[in-house]
Amino acid sequence: MRHIAGFMVLLTVAGCSSSTSWGWYVIDPRTTSGWINIKFLISGMGSTILISLIAAVLSILIGLVVTLPGLSTRWYWRIFNRFYVEIIRSIPLLPMLFWVFYGLPLIFKSMGLNIPIDPFWGAIITLAISDSAFTAEIYRAGIQSIPKGQVEAAQTVGLNYPQTMRYVVLPQAIRLILPPLANQFIYIVKMSAFASVIGMQELTRRANELVVSEYRPLEIYSLLIVEYLVLVLIISAGVRWLERRLSRGERQ
Amino acid sequence: MLDHPSGYAAIKMIGVDKWYGDFQALKNFNMTVGTGEKVVICGPSGSGKSTVVRCINRLETHQNGKIVVDGVELTDARKSVQDIRAEVGMVFQQFNLFPHLTVLENLTLGPMKARGLSRKDADERAHHYLERVKIPEQAAKKPAQLSGGQQQRVAIARSLCMEPKVMLFDEPTSALDPEMISEVLDVMVELALEGMTMVVVTHEMGFARKVADKMVFMDMGEIVEQGSPEKLFSNPSSERCQRFLSQILQH
Repeated sequence: MRHIAGFMVLLTVAGCSSSTSWGWYVIDPRTTSGWINIKFLISGMGSTILISLIAAVLSILIGLVVTLPGLSTRWYWRIFNRFYVEIIRSIPLLPMLFWVFYGLPLIFKSMGLNIPIDPFWGAIITLAISDSAFTAEIYRAGIQSIPKGQVEAAQTVGLNYPQTMRYVVLPQAIRLILPPLANQFIYIVKMSAFASVIGMQELTRRANELVVSEYRPLEIYSLLIVEYLVLVLIISAGVRWLERRLSRGERQ
Repeated sequence: MLDHPSGYAAIKMIGVDKWYGDFQALKNFNMTVGTGEKVVICGPSGSGKSTVVRCINRLETHQNGKIVVDGVELTDARKSVQDIRAEVGMVFQQFNLFPHLTVLENLTLGPMKARGLSRKDADERAHHYLERVKIPEQAAKKPAQLSGGQQQRVAIARSLCMEPKVMLFDEPTSALDPEMISEVLDVMVELALEGMTMVVVTHEMGFARKVADKMVFMDMGEIVEQGSPEKLFSNPSSERCQRFLSQILQH
């Protein structure tokens, strides 16, 4: 809470020297209209959380599927991994979003399929695919940082490859993977703001719509920033709790 | 060809070549280890002695020649590799215990997942071997809570839990503080006296003298000289072997 208060103070002080005046009344909870505006803005929270969560889960799964061939000793498997990562992570989110939302239905249509893509799934698919390239790299770094001796020891007690991964490598790698993965999740939450351009009713879309009717962008976007800040702080706290749980009784 | 009284070869390496890129680590390497035989391999670093034991359980693949372990030839077939690994235990210089598991879980993982033992049977077996390496009271601890000597004894117990026919040791005491070396060597001597077939890469010449049936001195990927420990220590025929022994024995 101290962060938020400090931020507000900073904005107010900065506002004093500005030539235009502030209009905090648009989001003043003490007035009826202000309270209605706030409720309107916050009502986008559910979609933002839902989109981010589903996209993150998909990204974690796709990332794993992309990572495993990257660990192979055979070059043609590794090449699939490199191609996917390099191409996907170089595509900016906005054009990819347009491609998924407007382009995919056209491609489906030319294949004789009628699969409409609504803004909700359009946003999720885009975020998940775009993020999976980064997730895959995080997995790779985590898995490759487990000493080779661990894999060798697992092999000498008779474990096959899937067993070695499941019982020896991944349980150790997860501790290294978790913090950067949490970082990616925060990134997804913020990037979900792009969903507003294809009409998804989430936090940023709500803010944009209110700005159009109230002409108070600074004040409304300030509240928007606070909304994302609260979301991110909650995620951070959750991840720290998870990390503590995972490392319980580990090394001193 | 077999020079050991028990007659049956546990390990046969015939004309083995092994390259790492352009570097040839093993050159036309030949070695036979009879059942129950204890072989100590020594030599300067980079001589290929670790490569020998790593090839025997297929942690490294050789390019030419033949390696036969317990009657099974090592090929690319997954079946042959898994058959061999189940019969061959390996102890590493860096212990390579699983840090996220307790000592007991380190010992039961292989027997349960690879051999299909029940938890109860695996626990029983693990406690039996912890007893044998003289640390039964440490079962619930994580590896990081143990001393180096204790960790290496756990690693030996972990291998024994697979009830292997052959045990390989790759410089098992090189990463240990001096005061912990003897507790590990004691366990290895006991194992040797019980008749385990062993291939040990080590510079512990006291251990070699005590248990080795055969000593192999390697340099540049080849066997320079082999024979009984007494012969090698008292009367090495090659100049390279003399120089090496005088260097490690003078301290």
